[in-house]
Amino acid sequence: MEYNVAVCVKPVPDPKHYDKVTIDPVRKTITREGIPTLLNPVDKNALEAALLLREKHSGSVTAVSMAPPNAAEILREALAIGADEAYLLSDRAFGGADTLATSYTLFHGLKKIEALRGGKPFDLVLCGCESADGATAQVSSQLGEWLGWPHLWNVFSLEETGEKAFSIKTKLENGHMEWNAKLPLVLGVARELNKPRFTSVMGIMKAKNKPLTVWGREDLPDAQDTYLGLKGSPTQPGEIFTPDMKRSGEVLRGTPEEIAARVVSVLRANGVAIGG
Amino acid sequence: MSKKIWVHAELSDGKITNVTFELLSKALDLAKEMGDGAEVEATLIGTGLDGEAGRLAEFGAKKIYAADDPRLKLYSPVTYAPILADLASTHSPEIYVFGATAAGSALGPTVAARLKTGIAAHCVDLQLNGEKKLKALVPSFGGKVIGEILCPGKIPQMASVKPGIFVKKEPALAPKAVEKVDLRTYAKLLDAKALEPVSAVRRPPSGLPLNEAQVVICGGFGVGSQENWNRLEELARLLGGAAAATRPAVDEGWTGEHTMVGTSGQSIRPKVYIGFGISGATHHICGMNESGVIVSVNRDEEAAIFQVSDFRVVGDGSVILSALLNAVKAEME
Repeated sequence: MEYNVAVCVKPVPDPKHYDKVTIDPVRKTITREGIPTLLNPVDKNALEAALLLREKHSGSVTAVSMAPPNAAEILREALAIGADEAYLLSDRAFGGADTLATSYTLFHGLKKIEALRGGKPFDLVLCGCESADGATAQVSSQLGEWLGWPHLWNVFSLEETGEKAFSIKTKLENGHMEWNAKLPLVLGVARELNKPRFTSVMGIMKAKNKPLTVWGREDLPDAQDTYLGLKGSPTQPGEIFTPDMKRSGEVLRGTPEEIAARVVSVLRANGVAIGG
Repeated sequence: MSKKIWVHAELSDGKITNVTFELLSKALDLAKEMGDGAEVEATLIGTGLDGEAGRLAEFGAKKIYAADDPRLKLYSPVTYAPILADLASTHSPEIYVFGATAAGSALGPTVAARLKTGIAAHCVDLQLNGEKKLKALVPSFGGKVIGEILCPGKIPQMASVKPGIFVKKEPALAPKAVEKVDLRTYAKLLDAKALEPVSAVRRPPSGLPLNEAQVVICGGFGVGSQENWNRLEELARLLGGAAAATRPAVDEGWTGEHTMVGTSGQSIRPKVYIGFGISGATHHICGMNESGVIVSVNRDEEAAIFQVSDFRVVGDGSVILSALLNAVKAEME
C-alpha cells in the first residue's frame, strides 16, 4: 500500500513581528518591510503527517504552494524537511486571489500533477488549518469542494483503521468530534496533531537535488479566468486601517496592598459584587 | 420581493448556540438599515428541532428553514453543506452569516464554495455600504490590520463571525414559521459512508462560560508557574468570574486552549478584565479590547498591553496577584 499525499503550504510573514506591520497611508497597502518570511507554522504539522504516512508505508509527498516567486524558498524548506517534490503556482494572473480563487488554483495545480503521473490520483491532501497572516482558515474546506472530496478541518488526531481508512478527531470549542473516513480526503490539520521534525543538514543537502517546478497561468490551461486571481475572486478588498484601541490609562502606584485595594474599588465601581 | 438576511443557527448538544442569537440580533439591525421590508430568516439542521426553532422565532427570525432528520444529528460538511447551499440557491438571500465556531468555520466556506460566492472570515463587524451591500470588517496579521471585504457581484454575500463579537439583544418575538426541508432528494448523501461523524464529545462546562463572565482574570506567560495559575483561577472563582489565558500560557500547559482569548481563541467583553503578566500581542488584544474596564499588571512598563489599559500596574504579577487575592478574601469575611 502506498500513500501519495499533497501538502499545501503558504509563505507568511513571521508572526512574531506582526506588531511591526503598518499601513502606507497614501497607497493604502500593508507595509511588512523587514519582516522575514516563514513557512506557515501549522503547515509543518501537515507536512509531518504526510511524512509519517510515507515512512510507515510508501508513496510520495508533494508540496504545493500558490504564491509569489520568492515562495520557492519555503518550498525548498519543505523539500529539506522531507517532501519529495515541490510545485510553485506563481503568476500575476493568480495574484490578489481570495480563498475561493486560491483553492481553485491549487485544485488545478493538483489535477495537473496527477495528469503528469499518468492520472494516478492523490490519496490525501493536507493543509495547515489556517495561515498566520490572513487566518481565514477557509482554503482546505474550499479545496475539498473543488476536488469533490469529503473534507475536515481542525484535525488533531489521525489514526489508520484499515486500508486507506482513518479514525479522525476534530476540535470543538468544548470538546471534539470523532469521524470515520475513507480516502480520498482533504484535511486542515491543527498544531496538536503532531510535533514537526526539525530540518536536518542532510535534508538541506538533499533538497538541492529534489525537483521544484514553477508553473504559471499557461501551465494550467484547464483553469478558467473567471475563477482566477483578483478578478476571479467573489470577495473584493476595500479600505484597510489599523484599529485604534488606545486607552488613556491611569497608573496605579503604591504597595501591593494599596494597589490591590484600588483594584477592589475598581471592581466594585463596575458592579462586581465581592463578598455578597 | 423583500430582501432576506440569513443566519445559520448552530446547535450544540441539541441546543441553539449563543453565537446564533448574537448573529440574529445583528441581522435584525442590518435588516432595519437595509429597509424595504428586509427580513431575517434562519437555517437550522439537526434532529427534533421543533423547540429550538421556536427559540429562533423568539429572537426575530421570520422564517426558519429546518432540515430535521436523525441522520443529521451530528454536523458533517458532507450532509449539511449541500442542504444549505441548495436552500440558498432556491431562496436567494442577500446576506448569509455563520458563527465562526469550530463547525461554522468549516461549514461557511464549504457552502460558499458550492455557491461560488464570497465569504469574509472571522469578521469583527458587519456593516452596509452606501449601496446597501455588505461591508465586512476582517482582521489580519493577528488583528493588527482591519480590512473591509465586499462581495459586490454575488449573492449571498457571506460572512462568519466569532462568538462574543456581537451583543445578544432581548427577544424580538416573531411568530414561529417553520418550513421543513424536503430531504428525500438527499437520501443517498445521508446514507453515504465516505465520511461519517461518529460522536461529538463535549466537556461538561466547568464554571462560567468565558464569554458570559462579567469579570475575567487573564494570565500570560508572566504568571510564571502552575502554582500562580491556580491562584489566578481561585481569584476568578471568588469574584464570580472566569479565568482566561494567552497563547503562551496555554503553551506552558497551565490551562487548556478553551480558555484562550484572541484571534485564534475567544472574543470577550466582560465588565472588568484584569490581566497579569501579559505583554499584549495584537492577536490577544483584539480578543479583549471591547472589555468595559481593563486593568493590566506587567513588570515591563513598555508592555503593549498598557496602551489599551484603563489602569496600569507596573510590577510583579505574582506579587500583585497574591495581594489582590488576599484583599478579596478579606472583603469576603
